[in-house]
Amino acid sequence: MNALYSIFIDPFMQMGASPDLLVQTLWEGLVSGVLYALIALGFVLIFKASGVFNFAQGIMVVFAALTLVGLHEKGVPAWLAVLLTLGVMAVLAILVERVVLRPLVNQPDIILFMATFGLTYVLIGLGEFIFGGEPKQMITDALYLPRGAIDVKMLGGRVTFQKIDIAAAIIASTMIAALALFFQYTRIGRALRAVADSHKAALSVGISLNQIWAIVWFAAGIVALIAGIMWGARSDVSFALQVIALKALPVLILGGFTSIPGAIIGGLIIGVGEKLGEFYWGPLVGGGIENWVAYVIALGFLMVRPQGLFGDKIIERI
Amino acid sequence: MFYREAGQFKTGYAADMAVFPILQDRVGIAVILLLAAVVVPLTGSAFFLSSVMIPFLVFSLAAMGLNIVTGYTGLISLGTGAFMGVGAYACSKLSTLFPGVNILVWILASGIFSAAIGALFGLPSLRIKGFYLAVATLAAQFFLEWCFVRVPWLYNYNASGAIDVGTHTLFGIAITGPTASATARYMVLLGIVVLMTVVASNILHGRIGRSFMAVRDMDIAAELMGIRLLPTKLLAFALSSFYCGVAGAAMMFLWYGGGEASDAFNINQSFQILFMVIIGGLGSLIGCFFGAALLHLVPIFLKFGLPAMGIPLAGATAEHLNHLLVGSLIIFFLIAEPHGLARLWQITKQKLRSWPFPY
Repeated sequence: MNALYSIFIDPFMQMGASPDLLVQTLWEGLVSGVLYALIALGFVLIFKASGVFNFAQGIMVVFAALTLVGLHEKGVPAWLAVLLTLGVMAVLAILVERVVLRPLVNQPDIILFMATFGLTYVLIGLGEFIFGGEPKQMITDALYLPRGAIDVKMLGGRVTFQKIDIAAAIIASTMIAALALFFQYTRIGRALRAVADSHKAALSVGISLNQIWAIVWFAAGIVALIAGIMWGARSDVSFALQVIALKALPVLILGGFTSIPGAIIGGLIIGVGEKLGEFYWGPLVGGGIENWVAYVIALGFLMVRPQGLFGDKIIERI
Repeated sequence: MFYREAGQFKTGYAADMAVFPILQDRVGIAVILLLAAVVVPLTGSAFFLSSVMIPFLVFSLAAMGLNIVTGYTGLISLGTGAFMGVGAYACSKLSTLFPGVNILVWILASGIFSAAIGALFGLPSLRIKGFYLAVATLAAQFFLEWCFVRVPWLYNYNASGAIDVGTHTLFGIAITGPTASATARYMVLLGIVVLMTVVASNILHGRIGRSFMAVRDMDIAAELMGIRLLPTKLLAFALSSFYCGVAGAAMMFLWYGGGEASDAFNINQSFQILFMVIIGGLGSLIGCFFGAALLHLVPIFLKFGLPAMGIPLAGATAEHLNHLLVGSLIIFFLIAEPHGLARLWQITKQKLRSWPFPY
């Protein structure tokens, strides 16, 4: 009875007793949700266009952020460093398409998945080789990102909003809107959607698959750079950051592997669920549940809807 | 020239279905077993045995476990490390609760516990498949990893939070704990691995193995042919986790000899074993050994081999180079031969058969 009370009643009593804490937790959940969504977006872009489950997305985030910081350390001005980093991501995209994807066309999914795994290791090795293993500071000031916090009095308490979090939410939303517009209204965007629908049909109307793959990997690279800057500003830029890729996976299964809105909504649900779970239910079992609570939410959801929130329903034929 | 089946006629179904139908194969496997059981322990140094051969055998066993579910049944699992951990903790709990029973029994019995946990986490496999399932098995990985750290009952309320491996004996010879010699541990492990490989080979060549492969090739078709999907998939998960659990128990008791278990059974371990399976060859038992050998030996070679050859490498650089090299190797092997080293081995045998003619 006591256990039931502390699981089902007590957390909600706490929420009611101090609504300011609830708002604070919700806000933190939403912010990390937006950032998860940003990473999940990189996965979705590549999965939609090429059917590759790109495990290297997490390390691409770290690699982009490290390149940016490394270039700035060498004395390159911030705007030029951003441009050069984008150039590096473009070169990476073309290389990946040439060296990894093209020879592996038509192989089973798991082989391509493994290849992106190999890519992860190569990027880790390369990044450590060039930039060293120590954590670095993100160049927030040079990029004109705000610092500090705003305190708002509300609901009989005070809620702290980190300025960087607000900036992250705005930038991520802009980014997502820009991508949606790009997909909807440009020539390349239409080609991308065509490829996502059917490789064969797209090929037959003259769309170059190789080109499209290089473009989506570049787009994923841009998303990775933005995600890298945002995560890097909240903590250090180090290889430990690549675990956020693992955080983005429940988002993917919740939202569906092929849906951009799914990635965003899934990200928000996971972010909020994770923070609420950790804050209100975590202490019951000794804390640290943040790592798996997202997976349990996603798993429970999958039992009901195996294709995720907005995923394509798979129809199988023999 | 030497590898010909000419003149070897099969006179019954049993001979036709044999795992090693050719005499040369039987001789070859006998020679390998002889080398492993006699020559290696007699000539190998303690360092060679405990940091090359023992890890190699442990990884082969774990890779075999993963291969059953991923290679033979076609369900991607990313929870191998956690299932190995379940085996290790079960073994340590059992051996402290019932110290009178021989440790060998507990190493094998700990597989049963991880089989149960594996079957539990295999339940979603009926509803979901492919990458969705892979991500779902990550739930097992993270949840169990959390349990290993947060449930003190599992490590007997040790202050350090690590598994304690005491000294256990077999026929009066210490096989676990600090006093056990590398040779004794190696021999015990070799026995376990050989036994479990034979069992796996028999299961996979029989009715159960065939139903696994039918599910892998097309589950709807398999269902129409009368294979019940849920029991088959759960059995695959249970069997796979059994092997992983024994590998984990062997890893903790015969290789590490206790220590920080939460480091040994993390997500990287799961990925490492998945690499071994893919590089070695999906759906091949011998591939497990190839993959384990390659992925375990490359880092060791970089760490000890290169300095011995006069190419000095600082520790950190070797680490970076290791990442770079392993990553490139994976991509190279996938492009060169997506079916893994086991397929290369088959091609070599075929070439040997028709040598000196091209076909």
